[in-house]
Amino acid sequence: MSTLFDFGLASSLVALALYVGWARDEQSSIVGFIALGLLLSLGWTRLRSIDVALTEAAIGSGVTGLLLLRTQTSLRNDKPTGQEFGVLAKVSIGILCAGLSAAVAYVVLIPPDPAPTLAPQALGSIDVTGLGNPVTAVLMAYRAIDTLLEKVVLILALVGVWSLTSNSHWGGAPAVPAIGTPQPLVFLGRSLPPIGVLIAVYLLWVGADAPGGAFQGGAVLAAMWLLAMFSGLQPIPQTQSVNVRLLLVGGPVIFLVTGFLGVGCGAFLAYPDGFAKPLIIVIEVALILSIAVTLGMLVAGPAKRGPG
Amino acid sequence: MTIAADLVTIIAVTAGAVFFLAGAMGLLRFPDTLSRLHALSKADNLGLGLIVLGLLPQANSVFAGLKLIFIWMLAQLSAATVSRLIATAIAKDTGS
Repeated sequence: MSTLFDFGLASSLVALALYVGWARDEQSSIVGFIALGLLLSLGWTRLRSIDVALTEAAIGSGVTGLLLLRTQTSLRNDKPTGQEFGVLAKVSIGILCAGLSAAVAYVVLIPPDPAPTLAPQALGSIDVTGLGNPVTAVLMAYRAIDTLLEKVVLILALVGVWSLTSNSHWGGAPAVPAIGTPQPLVFLGRSLPPIGVLIAVYLLWVGADAPGGAFQGGAVLAAMWLLAMFSGLQPIPQTQSVNVRLLLVGGPVIFLVTGFLGVGCGAFLAYPDGFAKPLIIVIEVALILSIAVTLGMLVAGPAKRGPG
Repeated sequence: MTIAADLVTIIAVTAGAVFFLAGAMGLLRFPDTLSRLHALSKADNLGLGLIVLGLLPQANSVFAGLKLIFIWMLAQLSAATVSRLIATAIAKDTGS
């Protein structure tokens, strides 16, 4: 029975992926992509990777889908300026993509036997970190450097979006689409954020022992903030706002400072004995705020009004 | 006792799945957007509601059961809002 379900899930994934590539207009493609992300997170659930499933649903499907829709809306009014790709370019892109897919397929389909795993080591030293969820232990302790760099990359992405601002608008506020804030949206903007903020905090807190964490919680927090902004209940902050910029860099800065303090205990990003859990909580709280503000400002887009 | 609970689960989840199937068929077959919205909201409200109802006897704790009901209510809230928004957008487009 479950084999039947898995087969159905896997074939719908392939079908939906083909649809995303072949859909005639961009909007259908993007909607297909969002649905693909939701199905993918179901797939991760079947593989018992709940942490990945949550991240896929929140970031891969939700935030990325919203970003793509926003981009498509703002591009729709512009005339296409670039030329169509030539046949040669299209063929080379096809060959490169097919090669990449073949390489990934080779690695995934023909793993060495037994498949390499670090799971026993990850579970073996988990007591030192004071955490109960091995995924969080990997993200915040064993491979904290990856997580740190990931957060810096997120801010670089925002710098990329902000760099699209025209000179006269630099430092100003982004604009939401003019939808005339219909009443139902205002109602949702008032009733959902209290629940959503609670869920975000819950996701962050439960991440120590169960699936969850700063990234998933941050995405939910960003969604609530965006809902309040898009329903006109909350003004979009100016990109030059000191508070916004402090929140943006706060997480990575606190992460970096703890990292350098760790040098005193032997290595960069090493936590002192017995203080791993409290330090990880401090970093995660700072990170959830940074992630929420970064994702929110990413979706809000470049400034569309002059500073004032 | 477990047999009764399992029976409730089987009946309610099957009924919920039927609503989802009907909703999906309506989404594919109905001629205009408003009727399609109507079909979709039945699947969302009743289908998900029945599935949650069917899963309640299988919940490990009261807290887990409350979480399920909470998820259903959140889905209701967002589905109702999105339906209203889409319907308003259609009304604006057709000028009616």
